[in-house]
Amino acid sequence: MDIEKIRKDFPILSRKIKGNDLIYFDNAATSQTPIQVINKISEYYSKYNSNIHRGVHFLSQEATSEYELVREKIKNHFNIAKKKEVIFTSGTTHGINLIASGYSNILQKGDEIIVSNLEHHSNIVPLQMLAEKTSSILKVIPMNLSGDLDLKAYKKLLNNKTKLVFVNHVSNSLGTINPIKEIIKEAHIHDAKVLIDGAQSAPHFKTDLIDLNADFYVTSAHKLCGPTGIGFLYGKEVLLNELPPYQGGGEMISEVTFEKTSYADLPHKFEAGTPNISGVIAFGAALDYLNGIGLKEIENYENELLKYATRKLKEVKGLRIFGEAKNKISVISFNIESIHPYDLGSILDKMGIAVRTGQHCAQPVMDFYQIPGTVRVSFSFYNTKKEIDFLILAINKAIKMLS
Amino acid sequence: MNSISKIQKELVEEFSFFEDWMQRYEHMIDLGKSLPLIKEKYKTDDNIIKGCQSKVWMHAELEETKLIFTADSDAIITKGIIAILIRVFSKQHPDEILNADTKFIDQIGLKEHLSPTRANGLVSMIKQIKMYALAYKTQIN
Repeated sequence: MDIEKIRKDFPILSRKIKGNDLIYFDNAATSQTPIQVINKISEYYSKYNSNIHRGVHFLSQEATSEYELVREKIKNHFNIAKKKEVIFTSGTTHGINLIASGYSNILQKGDEIIVSNLEHHSNIVPLQMLAEKTSSILKVIPMNLSGDLDLKAYKKLLNNKTKLVFVNHVSNSLGTINPIKEIIKEAHIHDAKVLIDGAQSAPHFKTDLIDLNADFYVTSAHKLCGPTGIGFLYGKEVLLNELPPYQGGGEMISEVTFEKTSYADLPHKFEAGTPNISGVIAFGAALDYLNGIGLKEIENYENELLKYATRKLKEVKGLRIFGEAKNKISVISFNIESIHPYDLGSILDKMGIAVRTGQHCAQPVMDFYQIPGTVRVSFSFYNTKKEIDFLILAINKAIKMLS
Repeated sequence: MNSISKIQKELVEEFSFFEDWMQRYEHMIDLGKSLPLIKEKYKTDDNIIKGCQSKVWMHAELEETKLIFTADSDAIITKGIIAILIRVFSKQHPDEILNADTKFIDQIGLKEHLSPTRANGLVSMIKQIKMYALAYKTQIN
C-alpha cells in the first residue's frame, strides 16, 4: 500500500485547519471521500441525471443500468445470495427502522427482543419503540470491563420467546469486534432472527453475509468512503417478503386503483419514491475504490496503526483506554485523569486534529464505565504513524494547558 | 462599582492582546481557576444548566440589591467561559443584567471559536443568568 499516493486521492486531506495540517481521526463518524467518488457524483449530474426505472429515454436507461449495477456490486462485495435482497436505504438508521417497524405487525405481547449493551442509540431506540408498540420485552446482553459482550449471559437470555436479536458487528464507541457468527448461530437455535448493524465493520474488513448467515444486515456508504444519505439493507428474501412495505409511493407498486393497490416485488417494494440515485452510483464507485486497494491490505494496515497508537497512548501519563477487547478495529476511546474529554477535544481541535468527544451516541456504554464520555480517535487507511506522533505531542501539550 | 458595559469593554481589550486562539484558550483556562465556586450544597441536579455537553451548575443569591453568582463545571474550559460571564454579570442589579446586551461575546470572538455545542451551552448560560435576574427583580420590588 502506497499511503502517500492514496492520500493524494483525498482532496480534503490537504486542507489546513487554523494553520495546521488537518489530521482527521474521526473516521468512525464519517470517512473522507476520494476524488474518484466525488467525480462519479459529478459525472452523474453532468451526463445522465434522470429518473430511473420508468423512463423510455436513453438517459433514464443509462442511469437505471448504472444504479442497478451498484446493487450487483454490493451483492458481490458482501457475498449476498440474490440481488433482490439488497434494498437501498438512506443509511444504517433507516434500515434498522425499516425492519423494526415491519416487525410491529408480527411480534406479539410477551415476545422478546435482544440488543447489546454496546449498541449505538440507533440500534436501541427503534427497538424500544417496537417493544412499546407490541408490548414485547427488550433484553440486554451485558458487557464486561474489556469491552467484550458476555456470551454466556447472552445464551441465557435466549429462549423460545426470543424473536429478534439486534447487534452491531463492531462497537462504535470502543471498537470491539463482536463474535456475530456465534451470536447468529445461537439465535437460530431458538428460531430468532438476527439483524447485524455493520456501520462500523464494513469499512475495516470483509463481510461475508452467506457465511455469517445473518437474517438482516445494514450499513452506510458514508463510512465506506461514499457519500452521505445512502446505505443498504440486506434481508433474506423469505423474511423480507413477510414484512409489509415501510413507505407507500411510486416505484413500490405493481398496480394502483382506488379500491386496492398491489405491491411490487423485492427490492422495489421497499424503495418508494425517487431514490438517491447519485448517492447509489457514487456508493458503487466507493466500493470499487476500496476493492482497488484491497480490504485485506486495509485491515492489516489499520491494525498496524491501532497497535502503534495504543502503545504510544499508553505511554501518556494518566491516560486510560476504554475497551481493550482482543478483537477490535482501529478505534481508541480514552480519557486522561482529571481532564474532561471535551476540554481535551477542544484543544486538539485548535491544533487541527479532528477527534470525537462525548458519549458517541452510546450512553449505556458510558454508564457502564461511569464516565461522562471519552475522547475517541478512529483511524482509516489514509492515516499515518506520523499523524499519530503529532497527536501524542498535541495531547501532551493539552495536558500541560489543562492541568 | 463597575458597570456591566465597562467590564465588557475591559474583557474585549484583554482578549485582544492575545495573538492566537491557543493563548486565548490558556487565558480562559486561567480565568476558570478564579471562578467563584458554587457551594457543594447547591450542586444539585436542579441547578444544572441544560444544553451543555459538560456539566454546569449555577447558583444566584441576592445581597441587598445585587445578584451574586457562583458556579462550577466538570470541564475546565467551560469553567473559563462561566468565569467570564460571572465577571460581567455578578454583583450587578437585576435590572442592569436584564438590560445588558451581550455583544461583547461576539467582539471577543468567543462564539466562533467554540464548538457548536459549547456555543449553545454559552447561550443557555446567559439565558439562565437573565432568568435569575428576572426572578430576583420581582423579589426586590
